[in-house]
Amino acid sequence: MYTTELGKTDGSLAQISQEDPALVEAFEARVAADEFIEPKDWMPEAYRRTLVRQISQHAHSEIVGMLPEGNWLTRAPSLRRKAVLLAKIQDEAGHGLYLYCAAETLGVSRAEMIDALHTGRAKYSTIFNYPTLTWADIGAIGWLVDGAAIMNQVPLQRTSYGPYARAMVRVCKEESFHQRQGYEIMMAMCAGTPDQKAMAQDALDRWWWPSLMMFGPPDDNSPNSAQSMRWRIKRDSNDELRQKFVDITKPQADHLGLEIPDKDLKWNEARGHYDFGAIDWEEFYAVVRGEGPVAKERMKARREAWEQGAWVRDAADAHEAKQRARASA
Amino acid sequence: MNRDFFPADTRTDSAPHGAMFDYLLRLGDDSLILCQRLTEWCGHAPALEIDLSLANIGLDLIGQATLFLNFAGAIEDRGRDGDRLAFHRDASDFRNCLLVEQPNGDFAQTMARQFLFSTAQLGLFEQLMLSTEPRIAEIAAKGVKEVRYHADLAADWIVRLGDGTDESRNRMVVGLDWCWRFIDELFLVDDVEAGLIEQGIAVDRSALRGAFDARLSSVLADAGLPAPVYPRGVRGGRAGRHSEHLGHLLATMQHLPRSYPDAVW
Repeated sequence: MYTTELGKTDGSLAQISQEDPALVEAFEARVAADEFIEPKDWMPEAYRRTLVRQISQHAHSEIVGMLPEGNWLTRAPSLRRKAVLLAKIQDEAGHGLYLYCAAETLGVSRAEMIDALHTGRAKYSTIFNYPTLTWADIGAIGWLVDGAAIMNQVPLQRTSYGPYARAMVRVCKEESFHQRQGYEIMMAMCAGTPDQKAMAQDALDRWWWPSLMMFGPPDDNSPNSAQSMRWRIKRDSNDELRQKFVDITKPQADHLGLEIPDKDLKWNEARGHYDFGAIDWEEFYAVVRGEGPVAKERMKARREAWEQGAWVRDAADAHEAKQRARASA
Repeated sequence: MNRDFFPADTRTDSAPHGAMFDYLLRLGDDSLILCQRLTEWCGHAPALEIDLSLANIGLDLIGQATLFLNFAGAIEDRGRDGDRLAFHRDASDFRNCLLVEQPNGDFAQTMARQFLFSTAQLGLFEQLMLSTEPRIAEIAAKGVKEVRYHADLAADWIVRLGDGTDESRNRMVVGLDWCWRFIDELFLVDDVEAGLIEQGIAVDRSALRGAFDARLSSVLADAGLPAPVYPRGVRGGRAGRHSEHLGHLLATMQHLPRSYPDAVW
């Protein structure tokens, strides 16, 4: 998971025009030919900055995304569910780690990226600013949130920057296991007691719209998407992916016997797609601004973990330095 | 000298399903409760790499707990499986040692607890691989590789933190100091285990103390930390007399299955 502002680019086109036209042309040609750009290759500064922002945002989302699920790890209702959820959250920590590493190949350190997160300069996916209120939310996150993430990420396996594309290959394999575990939780709850079924419906009611927002703003309000598509950082438009998600998810909800909370959702024979209702973009932009329901809790938890762990990281560094000094003495 | 706070357990005869069942609960509950503690760190560890390694240990422990508790349920033969035993027993029916239920504290205290428990568990599993009960031998053989990693990883942190900075050294001393009173219990042999030891099913824990002390001394020396001064030992976990902490831990862990007893998750 998970990026919110896939369409944005950093740096102005004017800056590109100051770069060596021959280099720019060669770069554009390689990208157009679907070649991977590697860390040592020349790249436009705006391309580099766009990638740093996108990959680090993706990494931050993995790390912040551990918190809403961690909220239920200590209350997972069976030994198997606890083990599976722990494994899933561990995967997310792993995704964060290799995404930070991928971003570091672009000349930015993990400490700098984490500082940008903690000071609010870097974003993470809006979805993690919503609370997990029942166990069914763990199912809904796997089913919907990881489902939306897969939709976003499968195309990124062919993104133009090599280290990012290769990281996504591994991430996608694990995300599909995550989605299955989420759907399996929903199946168990929907086949369970009336209380469980009600929890499942309530979770869908609360997570549906935020999940649709994960694909980012509508195409007509995503002005930088064109550049990212041309650079093949991004390969499908927000609205295309969102439509695909709705089309795949509606039959899955039917199978569970759950109702998607959208009275305008209906099959459109002529389009060959589901029509769906208007998204509350005001809510989306508020959450992007950091005004999501539990945004403060999430950032507080991350900052505290970092600050309270500083002495551990310092100790590890000090020990390593002493070891080196002893070895060379 | 009797360093034990509580009198010797006299309730072993009341163990309704026999010593074997009780022994399996001890093994399974140790792993389960420590796993539960480690999951409290999830998303809050001092570094991403530490989150990953704590999750690794937690996954191994819950695997062990599942195997031991399912086997306990089969031995008991009253229709309880591992989940039933994990989520529907009261604190007084838990048989874990007091060390594993201790709060995480800071990272130094968590690593102190991990090192001490895993080092003792490693000695135990190495011998349990030879148990005359094949299922126990099998679970121990699988677990021993995992536990060796846990003990080594925690030992590395004891050394790193002991040797690192003044602050980390002080925290390590305080973290270990929290744990010393629970060490005797790890090597306690009571009537429940005595009979099983005779049959070659259980391991004589008291015989494992020497190797434990030697490993402890060596790691503390590497870390530049002082040798332990053991206070009067506190025990009772194996008889269901726990610290105040376990009730809270279970209230969280068992909340859903207890609130919805008819639900399957």
